Amino acid sequence: MSDEMTLYLQVWRQKDSKSKGGFQNYKVENVSGDMSFLEMLDMLNENLAREGKDPIQYDHDCREGICGACSCMINGEAHGPGKKTTTCEMHMRHFNDGDAIIIEPWRAKAFPVLKDLAVDRSAYDKIIMAGGFIEVKYGNAPEANSMMVGKEVADFAMDNAACIGCGACAAACPNASAMLFTAAKTTQLSLLPQGKVESKKRVQSMIKKMDELGFGNCTNERLCEAACPKGISIISIARMNREYMGTLLKSDY
Amino acid sequence: MSSLKLDSKVPQGDIKTLWEDYKFNAKLVNPSNKRKFTVIVVGSGLAGASSAATLSELGYNVLNFCIQDSPRRAHSIAAQGGINAATNYQGDGDSVWRLFYDTVKGGDYRAREANVYRLAEVSNNIIDQCVAQGVPFARDYGGLYSMRSFGGAQVSRTFYARGQTGQQLLLGAYSAMEKEVAKGGVKQFTRREMVDLVVVDGKARGIIVRNIITGEIERYAADAVLLGTGGYGNVFFLSTNAMTSNGSAAWKAYKRGAAFANPCYVQIHPTCIPVHGELQSKLTLMSESLRNDGRIWVPKSATETRKATDIPEEERDYYLERKYPAFGNLVPRDVASRNAKNMTDEDKGVGETKLAVYLDFKDAIERLGRDVIEARYGNLFEMYESITDENPYETPMRIYPAIHYTMGGVWVDYNLQSTIPGLFVLGEANFSDHGANRLGASALMQGVADGYFVIPYTLGNYLGSEKLDKVSIDHEAFNTVEKEVQARFDKFMNIKGTKTVDHFHKQLGKLMWEYVGMARTEEGLKKALVEIPKVREQFWKDLKIPGDSKDLNIELEKANRVADFFEIGELMARDALNRAESAGGHFRLESQTEEGEAKRNDEQYCNVSAWEYTGDNQEPVLHVEELTFPNVPLTQRSYK
Ligand code: FES
Repeated sequence: MSDEMTLYLQVWRQKDSKSKGGFQNYKVENVSGDMSFLEMLDMLNENLAREGKDPIQYDHDCREGICGACSCMINGEAHGPGKKTTTCEMHMRHFNDGDAIIIEPWRAKAFPVLKDLAVDRSAYDKIIMAGGFIEVKYGNAPEANSMMVGKEVADFAMDNAACIGCGACAAACPNASAMLFTAAKTTQLSLLPQGKVESKKRVQSMIKKMDELGFGNCTNERLCEAACPKGISIISIARMNREYMGTLLKSDY
Repeated sequence: MSSLKLDSKVPQGDIKTLWEDYKFNAKLVNPSNKRKFTVIVVGSGLAGASSAATLSELGYNVLNFCIQDSPRRAHSIAAQGGINAATNYQGDGDSVWRLFYDTVKGGDYRAREANVYRLAEVSNNIIDQCVAQGVPFARDYGGLYSMRSFGGAQVSRTFYARGQTGQQLLLGAYSAMEKEVAKGGVKQFTRREMVDLVVVDGKARGIIVRNIITGEIERYAADAVLLGTGGYGNVFFLSTNAMTSNGSAAWKAYKRGAAFANPCYVQIHPTCIPVHGELQSKLTLMSESLRNDGRIWVPKSATETRKATDIPEEERDYYLERKYPAFGNLVPRDVASRNAKNMTDEDKGVGETKLAVYLDFKDAIERLGRDVIEARYGNLFEMYESITDENPYETPMRIYPAIHYTMGGVWVDYNLQSTIPGLFVLGEANFSDHGANRLGASALMQGVADGYFVIPYTLGNYLGSEKLDKVSIDHEAFNTVEKEVQARFDKFMNIKGTKTVDHFHKQLGKLMWEYVGMARTEEGLKKALVEIPKVREQFWKDLKIPGDSKDLNIELEKANRVADFFEIGELMARDALNRAESAGGHFRLESQTEEGEAKRNDEQYCNVSAWEYTGDNQEPVLHVEELTFPNVPLTQRSYK
């Protein structure tokens, strides 16, 4: 078909977390615009496997932008050039015949590379463990409609709850800060009456955990917001900072 | 002779009080004793995460395993539409009884009444529980919950969180589980795949897993094992399931003695984005909530070539509205899917491949305004546009059915216990609640119901009444099973053939779609039973796996799953052949009404077929659990 492209990939290959990695070049042919980025990589992997070579490791699962598994730096951008898209949702029609594409793993101290493009993001689970929940015990829940929440507030909570935990925010940030991820969770929960009660403790312990894990500080670069496939706004970071300051002020009374 | 016996253990009495009575009579484990029990939970989707969190809150030691790098990525996350509950918040006459009734009927009378009633009964608690965890279900301007009606329902009982309900429920369960991980009650093992079940003295006592990063084989022992490992839809290669979704955990259970029930019941989802080409890796579903406002049609003429927007009203066939005036575009999934196939079979399909029908929002946009439609489905429209490069506000979507959910699974009794004592199976991995066809927004309901509300009691009853000896991972049974697992992986590595795993998986998928898909015949199924083993043989002869087994090796992981898919596919065909009737997601061309609707044969098949494994080259033995419907009288489903 005439709309098929040939692409020149430079892919980061690294055997395991201990080895040193480096770029390798691959040429892929017969790429159609309707293919997704990962289908293009699948095709390359299929060729590698057929030749008995080690396929490229990349995380992915749902392939519809919701599980947060996929995670590639494409030409220096987290999840590539598309706005509000994950790597798996990007289609090859955004590239041109003959393009060179550089594909790297997330780069952040707290996300060590496991193999090739796959990194260890368990640090995000640890931030959630530090307080990204509401302390409700099984069987003790009050009747759902007994708490009323205005639509705007519920919608804003939902905007933040949409985070998929992919790590693009930290990967895009020059300081590798996890502020947007953390703020999305604290904002979602503190906006809702059921989550407000613990909000002070939550903000303190999640931020503390984030620092401990080696994520950097926020210096307002706003690259996280641009990279976020779910369009989560840095307003949430401001909100979390305010909450955090509040906890510092009130902690001595 | 086989020793397997199916005993549903449904308590006697009035269906409305069965569960209350059960809970009252269940054996309890004393709170201080609970921490002496270890429970393995495989899977971290809605069923897995909710049960792991709840059991830990109650005091048990829980070991949770998931295949992904984080439990938050389990495939429940991708469920878009919603979750049913009989709250009757809308005052439209909903009730537990109606939800129960609709679910039994929707399942085409092939589910166990008592299980379904319990599901409907606990549905309201689910909403309370999830809301308390911070799940932001949609609200109306007055601050109360907003609900919608979903495929097959005439009441608005579906709670939703934009088009991301599964994500929100799963993140609720996940965060509840992480809270328990932090407290030490749950130990979390990620990037681990269960590769076998260990049975000691007839009871499930542990699992063997493969560490995906290191390739090491690991052993874990426990007092009970819970599987929340989802369905086997990926047997078709292309489905809406995630790439790692697989049937292997359930299949290992089957091979260790658990009966496998109703494998032929597969749900084909009517509103997916059509296939674009050979290299496609998966199919994307568009929530069927779209059918609330979208109208489905095809051109009346098989030779139509104009653009959708140029085809005048009178030359369009809104076939669902025409054939099913009462339900229109909201007929159940199987009916909608089959009708789409009928249209494309008549050459009325649209788009480049002709394997699609239109889903049109023009009227809804005119009636309600673009803003309303955008608020309801904005993210789905965006997703559609990003995949197809077409704008659904301006031109109708193209949709086609795709494999979505498997109603069949491991046979379980009222306790959710399989035929292996100590092995419990939850959510999509079991067969229990949806019969031959699952209603929209009921999968999430079942996953959380099983995990939060059923298993805490039934597992307690088991642990409280069994005498369990201590079993450690040094037990002989672990040695034996681990050796078998190792031998299997060595075997894959040693084939050293020429073709990749996907090559064989695609071949299997094609056979399944062709002969064990939307419309099945005796002849086709017999053919499948000849062809599937042939491809399987080739697979075991000519497979090529690069690299090393003691390493991160994706081809090896896939090979292990696909080897099981071959066997699962074969059992599906066998079960479909045996069931010479049409019911829900199982449609036999030989058994249809004059109007082309599924025709059940209640005389012969008002039952559950449960298969027992008897050895690799032997035919499985069929066991039958008869179903009775004292509460929802059997009628032929009609959505006219
Ligand atoms: S693979 Fe799930 S978000 Fe990309």
